[in-house]
Formats: sequence, structure tokens, C-alpha cells
Amino acid sequence: MTTRHQEPLLTVRGLHVDYFDRADPVHAVSGVDLTLLRGETLGIVGESGCGKSTLVTAVTRLERPPAVTTAGSVLFHGKDGAPPVDLLTLTDRQLGALRWEKIAVVFQSAMNALNPVLRLGAQFSDVLRRHRGLSKKEALTRAGELLGMVGIPADRLRSYAHELSGGMRQRATIALALACEPDLVVMDEPTTAVDVVMQRQILRQVSRLKRELGFSVIFITHDLSLLIEIADRIAVMYAGKVVETGPARQLYTDPKHPYTEALRGAFPPLHGPRREITGIPGSPPGLRVLPQGCAFHPRCAHRFEPCDRTTPPLLALGAGEAACHLHQTVRGEEDHHARVS
Amino acid sequence: MKLPGNPKVRIGICVFAFFALVALVGPYVVQNLMGLSPSDVHTADAMQGPSGAHPLGTTATGEDVLAQLVVGSRVSLLVGLVAGLVTTALSVLVGVAGGYLGGRADSVLTVLTNICLVIPGMPLLIIIASYVQGRGGWLTVALIIGLTAWPWGARQKRAQTLSLRHRDFVTAAEMTGESRWGVITRELIPSLAPIISVSFLGAVVGSMFADAGLSFIGLGNINITSWGSMLYWAQNGSALTRGAWWWFVPPGACIAVIGVAAGLINFGIDEISNPRLRKPPKKVRDRAEAAKLRRRTEERAEPATAPKAQEATS
Amino acid sequence: MAVPVINPAGAADAAPAPDGRRAGRAARLRSVRYIVRRLGFYACAAWIAVTLNFLIPRLMPGDPASALIAQMQQKQALSGDQVASIYRLFGTPGEPLWNQYVTYLGQVAHFDFGISVAYYPTPVWEVIRTGLPWTIGLVGLTAILSFLIGTAAGVVSGSRVGSRFDSVVTPASMFLGSLPYFWVALLLVMAFGVQLGWLPIGGGYDGDLVPSFSGPFLASVVSHGILPALTMVVSSLGGWLVGMRNMMVTTVSEDYVLLARAKGLSKGRVMFQYAARNAVLPSVAGFALTIGTVVSGQLLVEIVFAYPGVGYLLYQAVSSVDYPLMQALFLNVSLSVLAANFLADSVYGLIDPRARETRS
Repeated sequence: MTTRHQEPLLTVRGLHVDYFDRADPVHAVSGVDLTLLRGETLGIVGESGCGKSTLVTAVTRLERPPAVTTAGSVLFHGKDGAPPVDLLTLTDRQLGALRWEKIAVVFQSAMNALNPVLRLGAQFSDVLRRHRGLSKKEALTRAGELLGMVGIPADRLRSYAHELSGGMRQRATIALALACEPDLVVMDEPTTAVDVVMQRQILRQVSRLKRELGFSVIFITHDLSLLIEIADRIAVMYAGKVVETGPARQLYTDPKHPYTEALRGAFPPLHGPRREITGIPGSPPGLRVLPQGCAFHPRCAHRFEPCDRTTPPLLALGAGEAACHLHQTVRGEEDHHARVS
Repeated sequence: MKLPGNPKVRIGICVFAFFALVALVGPYVVQNLMGLSPSDVHTADAMQGPSGAHPLGTTATGEDVLAQLVVGSRVSLLVGLVAGLVTTALSVLVGVAGGYLGGRADSVLTVLTNICLVIPGMPLLIIIASYVQGRGGWLTVALIIGLTAWPWGARQKRAQTLSLRHRDFVTAAEMTGESRWGVITRELIPSLAPIISVSFLGAVVGSMFADAGLSFIGLGNINITSWGSMLYWAQNGSALTRGAWWWFVPPGACIAVIGVAAGLINFGIDEISNPRLRKPPKKVRDRAEAAKLRRRTEERAEPATAPKAQEATS
Repeated sequence: MAVPVINPAGAADAAPAPDGRRAGRAARLRSVRYIVRRLGFYACAAWIAVTLNFLIPRLMPGDPASALIAQMQQKQALSGDQVASIYRLFGTPGEPLWNQYVTYLGQVAHFDFGISVAYYPTPVWEVIRTGLPWTIGLVGLTAILSFLIGTAAGVVSGSRVGSRFDSVVTPASMFLGSLPYFWVALLLVMAFGVQLGWLPIGGGYDGDLVPSFSGPFLASVVSHGILPALTMVVSSLGGWLVGMRNMMVTTVSEDYVLLARAKGLSKGRVMFQYAARNAVLPSVAGFALTIGTVVSGQLLVEIVFAYPGVGYLLYQAVSSVDYPLMQALFLNVSLSVLAANFLADSVYGLIDPRARETRS
């Protein structure tokens, strides 16, 4: 089990996504590197507009105009040492075969993610028939089992989305995502549209299913304290870049980047003692005119000399990485000393 | 007034301005400066094609078509304006009141609107006009059109009002003791002004179409020169079979151009409210195409300035 | 394949879950209720149309029957039974309005619309009966044809905004749709009938032929129908195309379409079952509402082509001041439109499961 945990499932390298809606493109994602291990839950957190949703739509090749993936690679590693494939260079045919079979998605609003004029059963059976070649009857039987996994009675297959309660809809889309037992489930804010009680229930269910079926999860949210609960590792995004990554617990107890620290202060913890909630001063920058240097510096309490001039690279730091001059200067000096001596 | 940036809307507005100008000063120009008359009969010049003396030719009784066209624009536009005004006023009244008051009043008004919507307008118009028998001239025609054309607009305005119903400014006005009528006239109608003006434009054009249709079958005001009555006389004077295109093409073309202008404005407004309906400029598309990651075709070079030296996580 | 079944501990919100059969019956009941509700609405509309038909002539100042008789006699002499028929239809002077209304309703129920003046001595209902099939046939055919063609073209242009197809067909159909119907008819008669001589310029069939189900007669019906049908299709296509195109553009960016793509379904299934299937709903809902407009346009087109439908009859009635015929035509056209509306509405109830829920 432990060795399996070291196997990578998805490796993102140098991913750039631009929005071409006006003459000058906007860099929504600029040079993101991420690694997701088999069986792991990777959380991606950031304020709205930081590029986290754009990032995952590009990774799953679901980006829509005006978004254009301009550079990078997304390697998807097969089981048992099969050579990885680059999702970004697959033909539509190859990609179509891989979709849902290997990678499934869950969207924020189940109301919008379910086709309003198709019965739930039809939305399960079309994907099962496409990828598993099941007959209509077999597909519906299997769909009933899948609904059972998330605690929805099988006769709900005859229902339309509007006939289900909000929580039921969201659990149905999770069951749908598991239809072909994928290796990776991408969840884009899957619990934002439901109430807190339902949120807890859904998260418990996801962790349980993950344990039983062994898939990996990329979980996107703006709520850092929620992520601490369920993620193994977390990547923090700001203005189209990853500014910090690290094991979930470490990121919470010992954030390296001032933005992570600010984000932590902005949400109440799900467990543990209450603390004072502090907002982050200012607002996220418009991606069209990014501040010089570190994009966070105008809102940063710890900014100093180099912050408004040079962009800090993402460098390894402890068990994670951070892109902040606070830590790099120290390291740079160490390097300097090392070279001098 | 600042013209909107959307070229479709701009062209549409210019067309309307042009016809308004023609209706305003055109009759003076053609009658007094060019010496053409819309009603003088010259049997010798009957059914002549376009020429120097008659730029758009003559009718079967030798009247000048250009003069008729220009003089007729005034009546056609007037009918359109008055009927459009009546239509818009009624639709605002019924739609906004229904949407704002809600409850029983709304149910009654909605059912009324829907019923008037499904009863076909043209036959109703024809019946009423045939009883009126041309009494009251163009004003009566305009009023009849206005009275039968309001339901479409009422539906649209009710929907818009419902979306404003619970906005803060409405609630605030209610809190300060504004009467219902006051909320409708002082809060809701002003904030619906853009929608109302667009639908007014639509109503004007729709009414001009209806007026032309009525005159074309000989109801309404065939003895007053208008675009519709020109078409009626052209049809009756066998302009079609005698190949006199200059007689029936110009009045129809004027109505058509106005119709197209209204279509352009509507389409342009759709584009403004939903930019995805428009394709991006070619320059932007080319750049996006050039920047796109090549799939399967060429070796991708690693970004030259990769910001990271080391392998990332894990 | 072992499926781990998780005890639905978190199924507290699973609403009172009915068993499958009961859910099916509930859905059927909802459909029936939807149809009944629509039926009630249209019955109400029909009653208003009938009453309007009764009231409009009686709103004229004074005694309508005598006034109408005086007006009609300026055009032609009326026989005794015609005068009697008009008094029967528009009310004997002095008779209370309520009594007149009851009499009128009885007449409508028996299709007794009096005697036509323009087609004397044929009863009005006989005259209308000859015209209705032509109009219903032409309107039905062209309305459905233009809806299908326009919607299909809208799917194509809406799924690829800015493609060559979109940038030619969309503005062209929008342009044609902005032209007055009857003027388009005039232009087509001029071009294909008079100048080129390819098609007959008027009538519903060749006057030398006796109406029957024979080959030559049907061929003549088709050749006479082409230009009127073309006029109607060309003028009403644009509305459907632009509506469907814009709706497609909106729908394609819905999450459920994105999810369908993520599922790896074929392009066709994503485009039709997910995008177009939803985008078409407003068009179908609009179809019911535009039937009245289409019929109105058709009336004028029939006049241009002297097509033997109710539009041409209405024109005849107007020009020979045949009030009984006019009244009956208005009533019949309105009721036919309402019936067509009801059909279109029922179809909508079938294809949008949410329609059965909402009340109106």
C-alpha cells in the first residue's frame, strides 16, 4: 500500500492557459506544475478568479473558448508501469475512450450538471453503454447499484433532476462519476451549493467511497479549512500560479506563504477551537494587469524590498514548496555562503 | 446622444433616423423643390418606368411614384408611432402592474394577456377595421392596431418586473410609504426604460407592418397616400402582371428596410447582452489559433524559461 | 464486480421515496393534470373569441343590423331572406342583448352563420368549408417545415458560431425574416410567375381540372402551392433559426453539456441529446404562440396568390361587404388557431418534464 502511494497518477508540467477574448490574451494559468499520487486527495484552494477551475478544465481537456491551453504537458500514468500518455496531445478519439473510464468530474451545482430533460437512468446508462458496452437493462441495473452506494433508492432512476432534493442530486452526480470506476475524480467545489449538514454528509461519503474503491481525487474549493479535513496534500493558487504546496496538516499548522496564512485566517475551522476570523485586505488582482513582481505583494503584510520587482519561483521547502521571497532570500544567502566557502 | 458601440445597433438607428428625416422634410423637398406631385393624374404618362422627370416612374394613372413614396412615409410612420405608443403604454401598464402586484391581480392579468396573445391579431384587426369603414382616418387605424398588439410586450415586461420585484430599491420605496402606483411609476418604469424603449421600437415596426397589410387588402386608409395604400393600388392596377416593378417594389422595400433595421437592433442588443453570440475579431482568433498547443503534429519545446529547476513535489 | 453498498446512513433527506410503480402513476397523473389545465385555458380563450365575435358588431352605435343592411345595400341589392338572415345574426332591434347572446350561441353550436352575400345563395358555413382545408393544409405544412428547417439550421450555426455556414445563413435568413410576408409574395410572383413563367401566379389548382384525387389534379395543386409555401417558409425561417442559434450558444456552455463531453460521449449525442434537446424547448414553447402570427401572414399571402383558402375568402368578404362571412371567418380562424395552439402546448408538455410541474 505504501509503495503504491508513491506511484504518480498525474503529472502536470509547465501548464499555461490563456483567455483570448480580446486582442491581448489574459494569462489565467501561467506555468503550473503539480503531481498527484495514486490514491491521494489533492486539494487546490484559492479565491475565485485565481485560475483553479481553469486549471482543472485544461487538465481534463474540457476548456471552452476563449480559454486556450498554450503550453505544457499533463501526463497520465497507467497501471503497472505502463508508459504515461500526455492528455494534451491525445486525439479526440483516444481522449473519448479515456474519459470517464479513467477520469470523471463532479461539478459545483448538480442542478446544472444534470440534463434537465433526461431521466437520471438515461444519464447513467449512456455512459455505461459507451464505455462498458452494457445492454440497456444491464446498464440500468448497474446504475441502480451505483445510486445505492450513495444511499439513493434505485427507483429514483426514473426521476428527473428537478424531482430530487439538492443533496440527493449532488450525491447522484457523485455516483455518476463512479460509474466506470475511474482512477481519478475531479471535484470542482462539489459541496458549495448544499447546506453545511449535507456538506459533511457528502464529504464523509466521498472519503468512504475513496477508501473502498481506491480512486484519486482533485478537490477544488475556496475553503481552506474544509480542505484540511479531506485532502492529503494541498496546492494554493494565486493569480494563475501555484504559490504553495504541502501536506495538508503542515500547510495548516505551519503555512509558509503569507497568502496561505491569510486564507487560513479567513475561514472558521470545521473542528477545534474557534478563532477570530480575519479577512484578507484588498481584493484579488485582475489578471489583465498583474502587479509587478510577486502578484500578492500589494495585499501582503510581510512584503519587503524584492517583492515588487522579481517574481519568486516555487522552490522546495520542507515537505512542500513555496514561492515567496521571505523564504528564498534565506535560502539564497545560504547558497551564497556555500559558494563562498 | 451617444450611439452604442455595436455596429448592428448603430446601423439600425441610422436607418430609423433617415426615415424620420424623410418623413419630416421629404414631402417639402419633393413637392416644392422637385415639383413632383403624389396625386396629379397624367394619363399620358401612365405606367412609365423610371426617367429623369419621374425618378421612380409613374402609376397606372400617371401619378409620380417617388412623390407618393415620400409623402406616404409620413402617414406610415405616424400610424407606426401612434400605434406603437398605444401598444407600449398598454403593455407596460398590464405587464408591470401584474408583475408588481402579484397574487390574484397578476393571475387575472396573465390569463387575459395569454388569451389575447393566442387570438390571432390580423383577423381581429380586419374585422374591426371593416366595421369602422375608414371612419376617423389613419388615427383610428393606429388606435385599433395599438389596442390589439399589446400582449407580447406585456408578457415580456411582466417577466422583467418580476426580476426587479424584490430588489432593494423597490423595498426601500415601499418602506418609505410610497404607494403602489408610486412604486410602479417612479421606481419600476424608470428602471425598465431601456427595455421599454427597445420594445417601443419593435411595436412601431410591427404596427407599420400591420398598417401596410390592412391597407393592402383595402381596409383602413386607401385614399390617403401611404406605403400600404400604394401596394393596394399597385395590386389592383395589375402592376405585377404588367411588369411595373417600380410601382410595388419601392414601398415594400421601404417597409422591408425598416423591418431589417429593427431586426439588426434586436440582434445587436442580444449580442451586447450575450457576447458569446458574436464571434471574436479575426485578429484575436488568429492569435488564439497560433498560440494553441499543437496536438500530435510537432514536438513541443519545453518552455525556455521554466521557472523551476528542481522536480516538484513528492 | 463487487459494489460496496454503503448503508444509506446519510439518506435522511431522501424524501418520502415512493416505489417505482407509484412514482410512475404520479407522473402520469401530473401529465393528465397538465393537459386538463391547458384545455381549461383554451376553452376559456375560445369562449372569449366567441363572445368577442358577438360583441364587435354590436359595439357600433345604434342598431347594428339595420346599419349593416344599409351599408351592404350601397354595394348590391339584398333579397328578403338575406335581410332576414342578417337580422337573425346581428339582432332584431329592441331585442335584449342577453337574448341575442343565447340565440347567437345556439347558432354557433349548429354552424349556422347565415347566408353569404358574396357567394349568394350559398350558406356561409358551406363557403368556409371549401376554404378551410386549403389554409389548414398550407399553414400546417409550411409552419412545420419552416420550424424544422430553421431549427436544424440553428443547431448547425449555433454549435459553431462564426463558421462559414453561420456567417452566411444567419444574416441572410434574418434579412428575409424582416420582410413583410405579402411583399415577398409579390416579388416571387413577379420573378417566378410573370418574368420566368415557371410557376402559376395564382389559384389553388388549374381551373380546367375537376377536383379529384387524380394525378394531374394533385400535380396542379402542388405546382400552385409551391410559391405560397415558399413565401411562408422563407419569411418565417429566420425567426426559428436565430432563436435556436442563440439558444444553442447559451446551452452549449451549460454544465450538463460539459459533463456530457467529460463522459466521453460521441459528439452527436452531446450535441443532440444534451445541447439541442434542451435548446429547442423555448422554440417549441414559442411555436404555439406564433401560430396566430403565421396564420395572419398567411391570410395576406393567400390574397396575393388568389389561393382558395380562408384568407382569400376574407378578402372577398371585405371587398363585397359580406359581414356574415367575415364574422364567421374570424370565428373559425380564431378557433382553429386555438386548437393548433392546444396541440403545440401538449407537445411541449411531452418534451419538457418540468412543464407539467409549473402551474399557469
